[in-house]
Amino acid sequence: MEYEIPQSLNKVKHIILILSGKGGVGKSSVTTQTALTLVSKGYNVGVLDIDLTGPSLPRMFGVENKQIHQSTQGWVPVQVYPNLKLMSLGFLLKNRGDSVVWRGPKKTAMIKQFLKDIVWGNEPLDYLLIDTPPGTSDEHIAIAEELRFAQPIDGAIIVTTPQLVAINDVKKEINFCKKVNFNILGIIENMSGFICPSCKECTNIFSSGGGELLSKDLELTYLGNVPIDPKFVEMIESQNEDNILIEMYKNSELEVIMSGIIDKILKQDLPSRV
Amino acid sequence: MSPSQIENKLIEPEPEHCPGPESNVAGKDDACKGCANQEICSSQIPKGPDPDLPEINKRLSLIKHKILVLSGKGGVGKSTFTSMLSWALAADEDLEIGAMDLDICGPSLPKMLGADGESIHQSNSGWTPVYVSDNLGLMSISFMLPDQDLAIIWRGGKKNGLIKQFLKDVHWGDVLDYLIVDTPPGTSDEHLSVTSYMKEVGIDGALIVTTPQEVALLDVRKEIDFCKKAGIKILGVVENMSGFVCPNCKHESQIFKPTTGGGEALCKELNIPFLGSVPLDPRIGKCCDSGECFFDHYPDSPASNAILEVVDRLRDQIELNLNSLKIN
Repeated sequence: MEYEIPQSLNKVKHIILILSGKGGVGKSSVTTQTALTLVSKGYNVGVLDIDLTGPSLPRMFGVENKQIHQSTQGWVPVQVYPNLKLMSLGFLLKNRGDSVVWRGPKKTAMIKQFLKDIVWGNEPLDYLLIDTPPGTSDEHIAIAEELRFAQPIDGAIIVTTPQLVAINDVKKEINFCKKVNFNILGIIENMSGFICPSCKECTNIFSSGGGELLSKDLELTYLGNVPIDPKFVEMIESQNEDNILIEMYKNSELEVIMSGIIDKILKQDLPSRV
Repeated sequence: MSPSQIENKLIEPEPEHCPGPESNVAGKDDACKGCANQEICSSQIPKGPDPDLPEINKRLSLIKHKILVLSGKGGVGKSTFTSMLSWALAADEDLEIGAMDLDICGPSLPKMLGADGESIHQSNSGWTPVYVSDNLGLMSISFMLPDQDLAIIWRGGKKNGLIKQFLKDVHWGDVLDYLIVDTPPGTSDEHLSVTSYMKEVGIDGALIVTTPQEVALLDVRKEIDFCKKAGIKILGVVENMSGFVCPNCKHESQIFKPTTGGGEALCKELNIPFLGSVPLDPRIGKCCDSGECFFDHYPDSPASNAILEVVDRLRDQIELNLNSLKIN
């Protein structure tokens, strides 16, 4: 086994993982929003999607048709905006409906290769966001093993939804973070409350407050809650060359909420790796 | 019995790019060089089927119908729907129902069926599942954990071992009419294992759960592709969380907007049965959190009706399957 910092991380200042034990709580949405917010704040951001069997980020950023290029130094990620780059297995599939039926060892190898062979560019990255699949299995072990030699990393944002069933899985993920020594930046409660567009009544579809209680219980930072906003999905689906996602996002209500959450993380003022 | 006692039979973890012991190039592939297991894989002993298969087949042959609940995407309601389907089928007292939770890293079924904190018993005939009601048994890894919050940080190989034991060692009683298998999101180890172990006895088919937005449908397409590759019949697709009716003003909102036509359009495109859509109802989530049966509490709600309709259509599909078998 080699004990060295994965090559692609040489010029990365901060690394943030987005984790959740539960699926469909909005890890990819939170990753997307975090990236958009950081870019709006003027940072140079890279996003790595290690959900190999269900990559969603290419769709989220509206770059499904783009391709990865191979250079002499390695893989060149897709440039979404001048200072936002994205790497995902989704770009390597021939057909968007193709399934990637891989057992663990192959997934582990792919993640290793991602960390070794991606060229994030000459400019140092301020933030590298890593979006993960649900669970605590091969992908997570692989990324933890790779990042072991890349400390200090900023840590993990834990995403949950308010209901108990989700909280239970998220507790497992927090235990995982403790075991592999990932600092926990805080918990975001996603999908908390839906405001009816017609009468402004707020309904807690997946109940509410679970994330805040959990962070109190475990003495973790509570970063805030993000309501369900169907407009976000609409933005994602309606983006094109004229309607640029990041411009639409800047004018949405979600931007204000997310900006507050990101400020809480930036305020922790974690040391740069470079 | 703790999961740590479940042993992995390999001498060492499999190497990167391991072609798998069943493969023709097992032991001969480039990746096999230097692997401690190479000798076992490359030996001339015919790569016969798994020696445990006859026992698995014996267990599974007592089960009349086996249904997989699948979805490429997480959090679309696989476990919720599995629990609903189990409750709905178990409402018929003449049927024996079993629910098996293969989501090893994030088991949710025990909570949803109200069996949190129970443990399983071991006897001569095997592991006895936890009975939620007289005719509804449940098996999940969560019953084997000393601490509910413990993270199960297992690689694929170890998960396969447990899945095999679930299929081989669980004693569902003398006869079981329906076994409903809940799976984790994705198309990886768990899915490959369960389908390959059950292949010989036959799976009735897979129920695919999705939500209406394209980001979810994209992953569901992958799951359908997986089913085709693995030769599993698709019983149908159910669209969950489609539309939310505000309890205050009755205005219906599309929270997860079906910008590409939702599940129904996908089914038309791929020519698979669409079983119906279930609206978002906050009370479903509450019932799942407290482990109560949603139909008992809110029998007249639109969501209840929608789910029962889907269950009916699903049973039609299964019986249709059987009829065609008889003709052959």
